[in-house]
Amino acid sequence: MLGKLTIDALPFYSWVAMGGAGVTVGGALLVMAVITYFGKWRYLWTEWLTSLDHKRIGIMYIVLALVMLVRGFVDAIMMRAQQAVALNSEGYLPPDHFDQIFSSHGTIMIFFMAMPFMTGLLNIAVPLQIGARDVAFPFLNSVSLWMTAGGAALVMISLVIGKFSTAGWTGYPPYSGIEYSPDVGVDYWICALLISGVGSTLAGINFVVTIIKRRAPGMTLMRMPLFTWTALISSLLMVFAFPALTVACALLGLDRFFGMHFFTNEDGGNLMNYINLFWIWGHPEVYILILPAFGIFSEVVSTLSAKRLYGYRSLVYATIAIGLLSFCVWLHHFFTMGSSANVNAVFGIATMVIAVPTGVKIFDWLLTLFRGRIRFHPSIYWTIGFIVTFVIGGMSGVLLAMPPVDYLFHNSTFLVAHFHNAIIPGVLFGYLAGFGLWFPKAMGFKLNERWGFRAFWCWLIGFYLAFMPLYVLGFHGMARRMETYNVAEWQPYLVVAALGAVVILCGVVCQVIQMTLSIRHWREERDLTGDPWVHGRSLEWMTSSPPPPYNFAVIPTVKSRDAFHEMKRHGTAYRRPARYEDIYMPKNSAVGPLLGGLAFLLGFAAVWHIWWLVAVSALAILATVVIRCFDDDPDYCITAAEVEAIENRRFEAMALADTEPEEAARHPAFAAQMLPARAT
Amino acid sequence: MTRALLFGACLLLAGCGLSTAPIVDPKGPVTLVERDLLFTAAGVMLIVLIPVWIMAIVFVRRYRAANRKAAYRPDWDFSLPIEFVVWSVPAAIVVTLGALLWAHTHKLDPYRALDSDVAPLQVEVVAQDWKWLFIYPEQQIAVVNELVFPSGRPLSLRITSDTVMNSFFIPALGSQIYAMAGMQTRLNLKADEPGRFMGRNMQYSGDGFSQQYFEAISVSQEDFEAWVAKVKQSSEALDGAAYAALAEPSIKHPVTYYSAVEANLFDGIIEKYANPGMSHGTTSGSSLGQ
Repeated sequence: MLGKLTIDALPFYSWVAMGGAGVTVGGALLVMAVITYFGKWRYLWTEWLTSLDHKRIGIMYIVLALVMLVRGFVDAIMMRAQQAVALNSEGYLPPDHFDQIFSSHGTIMIFFMAMPFMTGLLNIAVPLQIGARDVAFPFLNSVSLWMTAGGAALVMISLVIGKFSTAGWTGYPPYSGIEYSPDVGVDYWICALLISGVGSTLAGINFVVTIIKRRAPGMTLMRMPLFTWTALISSLLMVFAFPALTVACALLGLDRFFGMHFFTNEDGGNLMNYINLFWIWGHPEVYILILPAFGIFSEVVSTLSAKRLYGYRSLVYATIAIGLLSFCVWLHHFFTMGSSANVNAVFGIATMVIAVPTGVKIFDWLLTLFRGRIRFHPSIYWTIGFIVTFVIGGMSGVLLAMPPVDYLFHNSTFLVAHFHNAIIPGVLFGYLAGFGLWFPKAMGFKLNERWGFRAFWCWLIGFYLAFMPLYVLGFHGMARRMETYNVAEWQPYLVVAALGAVVILCGVVCQVIQMTLSIRHWREERDLTGDPWVHGRSLEWMTSSPPPPYNFAVIPTVKSRDAFHEMKRHGTAYRRPARYEDIYMPKNSAVGPLLGGLAFLLGFAAVWHIWWLVAVSALAILATVVIRCFDDDPDYCITAAEVEAIENRRFEAMALADTEPEEAARHPAFAAQMLPARAT
Repeated sequence: MTRALLFGACLLLAGCGLSTAPIVDPKGPVTLVERDLLFTAAGVMLIVLIPVWIMAIVFVRRYRAANRKAAYRPDWDFSLPIEFVVWSVPAAIVVTLGALLWAHTHKLDPYRALDSDVAPLQVEVVAQDWKWLFIYPEQQIAVVNELVFPSGRPLSLRITSDTVMNSFFIPALGSQIYAMAGMQTRLNLKADEPGRFMGRNMQYSGDGFSQQYFEAISVSQEDFEAWVAKVKQSSEALDGAAYAALAEPSIKHPVTYYSAVEANLFDGIIEKYANPGMSHGTTSGSSLGQ
């Protein structure tokens, strides 16, 4: 009846694991209790969970990402603490538990923190930047979100029921095969990746189509804001790369569930096939994550220094070049597999070539700041912190691109330092810069800046303390993923690295305070103009903050790059149209959350070999999709009169903001957002 | 220039208490060349890094909004000469480093025999859970978790795994390479002087991974011969049954000497996986060496 699931699946094997399970369950119960106490279940369901509005889906993606960031960070600080004390001793974590932690840390940070954060920012900004009312496929967008959430839920539940994978975030066979990892951990990992991979592939398709088909009239490709360009390339990479991961995981699953031999040691299996497939996805994935961040930096430097973006064309071509090259370098993840010198050298050189467009981008951002008027906002700090730090990661990356150097540092803490040095400043700082930049657009009020600066300094200093010692340990030949070690010289570095993690923890605390204060004092920081940085250049700053469900009452016509900036310059930015028209928007749908829930159930049932439940949930998914296909009336109408009322309130608030800011702060400008939901 | 940079880099690393780290202070020609390539490339890249750091600091200070004395050119967005520099300098660096990379990748190909007047010592390496087995085919001996070899004489390793993928690495001697079941990789190393070095598995492989290290000891030719003689005195021999027992997972396996080895043991370990239908995952001693 319950397959392999027995009472032994509960984490009674260690106090630390029980603690983790307790916090997870307790946290979930607490959130539910709070929602119940405030009677917000209906509001949450009708206004958020079932929403097909790209802005709300974006916000939900980011909430998911921030929750998972905390979880992934707890993993990180536990690893640092373990290594700081584990000289010639077991430390406080048994090997089996430490291994789960490094596996879940990587899995969570890539798939359930960075990916949703990125998709969330795309959702919030891209349709607005191209002057669209929504993404091309709003319903699919909701399905993508809930698939990602379903995968994340599987990773979380592995804390409570059973164990997570110990095979690292890359899940290399044959270790991840059934012979060497017989328990359910790898199955959790496979199911979580397969489910969220569906979400990512669909999101990629959705954004490619949105950007190609839904641009406002006059917005040629070379007039698109740079963030939209990076979103387009990144989405294309998602479409082409994610299937490789899905195939790799599915084949590994066939090995594990049905005793096949794709990647086993014997019977014709070969681990090399997995490793190639994995990195054919894995290397583009790095650029899937970092290109949108590059787009954000481009928006931040030009918006916050009130200046045109320097070298737009260069930046576009560099983005395209990086996108193409990202598919030509996967072998550099395994130079030590014994390929011939020719093969290694070709992939090494291809890897180095990526440094050229990347270097060009760095200089173009600096030249955008040159002769600008830089507004010191946390987003600018994140950007400068990124530039200064990322070049070190780029340098270590080029070093590792040289096969003979890679022979020295492969699988060492130098490698760990390198990719954190690329991803933390490159991806995370970028997303946080974008978070600060677009927060007022999405929420209608600005974030507290003082605590933003404090968070930045903690993150930056903490980063250097945590990862520079790992570079040094690479020279000492320390391997990654060590639960214990016997070399006394290593310990001081590991203690400093643990200290760095504590400083980053202070940064996370600052961010929590920042969020709390911002929400508490939201009226003082309201953005009534829709253009909170005054020098907004692209179309997202044209509409109100937060935008009405339809984004633009009248779709703007674009005549040049920096469309909104030009409109302001010609005095046409806030012109009222002669008349408004009815607007059709997608109705809410419960199918997205339902599919996410069913996919979670399917994954959970597969992990525990509860085959009847696998069949039931698979059939239910199929039935749900078929039934949804027969819904011929997916839209609702916002009448011209309603649109006019919403728009009038906005113009009223803007006028008030100029004359009487005190009163304006209480103006119900975004009552637009609170339109009665026309649910399924 | 290169020498000065190397010197500077060494000085800096010494400052971090690093002067004795195996990769900064190599004990063999392979790590030495690899390290020098590393420092040279890092030095060349400073041509880009230093201007970036300077520009970042100077621009942010000078063009802060509060500084109304600084120039403000809100519409300036392109300059062909600057664009040329911005593309060509990184490109030139990559071309330089690419040439360096090509030459060194061939020179340091782990499969390439090292230049020497002496024939290399052949050793066969088997990764197991969680230990290393070294078979000396010429000497007909085998050792667990200790690799002894003469200094000044090249060491030619054939490497495989009888478990999950491992990665063989002696940092002070250089060039890590994977050990994979059913397959053989090769590695050529040399130690210049007698000494004791840490070697280990770098690829995570399960519970005993952290303790899966061994000592690599380079000794004089006479000491090597004496050591071989000592191993030959061991009462244990590595036949099929002994191998099967050894292949069982064990953590912190003590150094063990085998005075005799079954013929073609190493090839048999590879064959076992390469030959479909012979075995189904479990290591069966009887199927070895046939």
